[in-house]
Amino acid sequence: MGLFSRRKTIFVDSDILVIGGGMAGCGATYESRYWGRDLKIVCVEKANIERSGAVAQGLYAINCYMGMQWDENQPEDHVRYARNDLMGLVREDLGYDIARHVDSSVHKFEEWGLPIMKDPETGRYVREGKWQIMIHGESYKPIVAEAARKAATEVYNRIMITHLLMDKTKPNRVAGAVGFNVRDGNFYVFRAKAVIVCAGGASHIFKPRAVGEGMGRTWYAPWSSASAYALPILAGAKMTQMENRIVLTRFKDGYGPVGAYFLHLKTYTQNAYGEDYEPKWYDSLKEIVGDYVDHHPVPTCLRNHALLEEVKAGRGPIRMVTKEAFQDPHKETVGWENFLGMTIGQAVVWASQNIDPKETNPELTTSEPYVMGSHATCSGAWASGPEDYAPDEYQWGYNRMMTIDGLFGAGDTIGGTAHKFSSGSFTEGRIAAKAAVKYVTDLGSEQPEVSEAEYEGLKKVIFQPLDTYAVGRNEIVGGTVSPSYLLPIHGLQRLEKIMDEYVGGISAHYTTNQPLLDRGLELLTMLKEDLAFLGAEDLHQLQRAWELQHRVLASECVTHHTMYRKETRWPGYYYRADHPRLDDTDWHCFTLSRYDKESGSWDMEKAPVYHIVD
Amino acid sequence: MPTFVYMASCDGCGHCVDICPSDIMHIDTTYRRAVNIEPNMCWECYSCVKACPQNAIDVRGYADFAPLGHSVRVLREEAKGTISWRLKFRDGREKNFVSPIRTTPWGSIKSASDYDVPSRDALMSQELAHEPQALNIERLPALKRSQLVQGLL
Repeated sequence: MGLFSRRKTIFVDSDILVIGGGMAGCGATYESRYWGRDLKIVCVEKANIERSGAVAQGLYAINCYMGMQWDENQPEDHVRYARNDLMGLVREDLGYDIARHVDSSVHKFEEWGLPIMKDPETGRYVREGKWQIMIHGESYKPIVAEAARKAATEVYNRIMITHLLMDKTKPNRVAGAVGFNVRDGNFYVFRAKAVIVCAGGASHIFKPRAVGEGMGRTWYAPWSSASAYALPILAGAKMTQMENRIVLTRFKDGYGPVGAYFLHLKTYTQNAYGEDYEPKWYDSLKEIVGDYVDHHPVPTCLRNHALLEEVKAGRGPIRMVTKEAFQDPHKETVGWENFLGMTIGQAVVWASQNIDPKETNPELTTSEPYVMGSHATCSGAWASGPEDYAPDEYQWGYNRMMTIDGLFGAGDTIGGTAHKFSSGSFTEGRIAAKAAVKYVTDLGSEQPEVSEAEYEGLKKVIFQPLDTYAVGRNEIVGGTVSPSYLLPIHGLQRLEKIMDEYVGGISAHYTTNQPLLDRGLELLTMLKEDLAFLGAEDLHQLQRAWELQHRVLASECVTHHTMYRKETRWPGYYYRADHPRLDDTDWHCFTLSRYDKESGSWDMEKAPVYHIVD
Repeated sequence: MPTFVYMASCDGCGHCVDICPSDIMHIDTTYRRAVNIEPNMCWECYSCVKACPQNAIDVRGYADFAPLGHSVRVLREEAKGTISWRLKFRDGREKNFVSPIRTTPWGSIKSASDYDVPSRDALMSQELAHEPQALNIERLPALKRSQLVQGLL
C-alpha cells in the first residue's frame, strides 16, 4: 500500500444518501423516489441488499400490524402496548406515527408478492398474536430489495461506511459520508444534501454464550455492528435510552424465536420439576418495580427476571412444554417452519441433538444483551417527531431528523420507538425519507459542501490498519501474536469480556454497579487507545476493524448511559445493584447523551416523557 | 463449520461470495473454489446455500453445541416460488417441509417512479406514498397535541 497504492478515491453525489439497505433502508429508498422523482437517490450497503440486515434469512411473522381495516387495533393501542412493555418509557409520538402508517407498508408487501397467511373464511390475515401476522417470509428481504433497487438511482453494495461528513461551513449540518469498498479497496466519498442512517444495531458487544465456532449464532445478526449508533455518535448527534439493552428468552443455543410458540401454538414454560415458576417471583418483582408488575401483558423484561431467578435458585433448566401442542400435525408444521423461515440454526441444533418437540420439551435460556432499537427495546438517536402533533420539546425540524441538520434515521438507528420490528422499521424508513425529500426541497441552492481536509484525513485513518499490519507482520515469524498490532478478533473479544464483566453481561447475571462501571470505562478507554494499533491483513479484516470501532464507541455510550440512570428500570434486562429499584420520582424520563469527539467527553441530560392520554 | 463447500461440486462461480451478508464466503486462491473463511462469524442464515447453483454448500452445526450426524438441506426454486427443506436427525429420523416464497413473478414490482407524480399538497401532508388508499381505511389517523401530556400517568 502506501506510496504504491492504486487505491482510487471515488466521489458519488446524491440528493439523498441512504446508509444501510436493510428493512429501514429499503423503505427509505422506496419512499425517497416516490416523493422525489427528480432526485438522485443512492443506497449504500456493506453487504448485498438482496440479503442484508436482520431480515437476511427471512421471517415467519410480521410483528407490527394494526389491522385498522378490520378495526382489530388502533395506533394508540400499540403505543400503550409498547409503553407497558418498556416500563413506561417510549417516545409515544414516534411510536404512534409508525403505527398509523404501518398497515399501508404491509399491504404493499402483499401486493409485491409476500405470501401472507389468510383465514379462508374471513379473508383476514392469520394472527399469531394481537400484533403479529403470519407469513411465509423466506423471500421477505429479496422482495423488499427488488422494490428498493427499482427506486434507487444507484445501489452500492459491499461498501462499509465508516464516518459521516460534516458541512465545511455549518458544523452542525451533515454533508455526506465516507467508506471503502470491501472488494476493490477504493475509497468512497459520498456527498449528499440529506443522509438517512438505516444501519444495524449491535450484536457482539457483550460476550455471547457460545464463544467457539458458534459465536456467530447470536440472536441478532453478527453483521449488525452498531453502525446505527457509531455514525451519529461520532457526528455529535444526541442519543437516547442507550442503557436499555435487551435480553431475549429463546430456545437454547440456536436462539430460535418463542413468539409463535407462546402465542400461536399455546406452549408454556416450566422449571426442571414441571412447576409453573413465574408466580413464585411476583413478590420479588413487586419489590423492584411496584405496580408495573401488575400490568398486562407482563413486560418482557419481567418475565426474563422470573426465569433468571428460578435458574439461580437451582431449578433449571427451564423448558418449553411443546409435547402437547406438537401432537397436532398442523402445529408441528408451524413450529418447524417457524425456524426454517427465520432461524434455521435452531432446526440444525434440534436435528443434531435429536430434539423432536413432539417427544421432548426443549430448553430455554436467556441470551447475552444486545443494543438495538426495533425489538422489545428502544436504544438509538434522539429524533424530531411528527409535525402534526409532537410536543414542542420533541420537535425541532423535520420528522426523524436527529439533532444534526440534514441527518435522518430509521429502524435500529432511531431511539424511543420499541416494537417496530421489520414492518415498522421499513415504515420508519418511509417516514424519514419523505421528511428528507422535504428538507432537500427546502434547501434550494443553499447546499452543504464537504471539506477536502476532512475526507483526506479520514482516508488515512480508515486504511491505517492495512499499513499497520503490513509493517508489523514483518517483525514476527508468523502466527497471530504481535507486539505492534491487535487483530480485529482480539479487540472484539476484549470488548465482549469488558462489557460482560463490568456492564451487566451473562457472567455477571446482568448486574452492575457504579464501581464496576467506573472500572469498565477505564478498560474501555484503554481498548479505545489500542484501536489505533488495529492490524488488518486484507480488506475483509479492514471491514472487521471498522465494525469493531463502531461497536466500541457504541459500548462506551451504553456504559455512560447505564451509569447515568440510577435505578433498575428493566429487571431481567439489567440490574443496577446499587440502585436496585425502579424510581419513577427521579427517572421517569429519557436519558440523553452527546459525545464530543475532540475532548472524548460525554454530556448527559434528562428529557421528559409525554404520554398519550385518552 | 457452519457452512462448508464440497470440493467436487463447487465450480468457483462466486454467487455465495456475492450474497453472504457476513462477507465470509471467499474464493480460495489455490483451489479456485469457495470457502468459509470465518466460521465463527457465520449466522447459519443459509443465504449462500440457497444461492449456490451447484448445491455445493452445506452446513455442519456449530461444533460447540451441535453433535455430528445431522443435516438440514434446502432447495429454493424461484420459478416455482417454493422452498423445500429436508431435516435429518442424528438418529436418522427425517422431516420434510415445503413453503411458498412469493406469489408474484420476480421482477414484477411496480416502481415507485411509475405512479402519478404526487402534488405539492400531498408532499406537505402527513400521508406517505399510496395513503390513505393503501391503508384500506378512509383517512390517516392523527393525534391532537392536547392528547400528549408530560409526566407520570
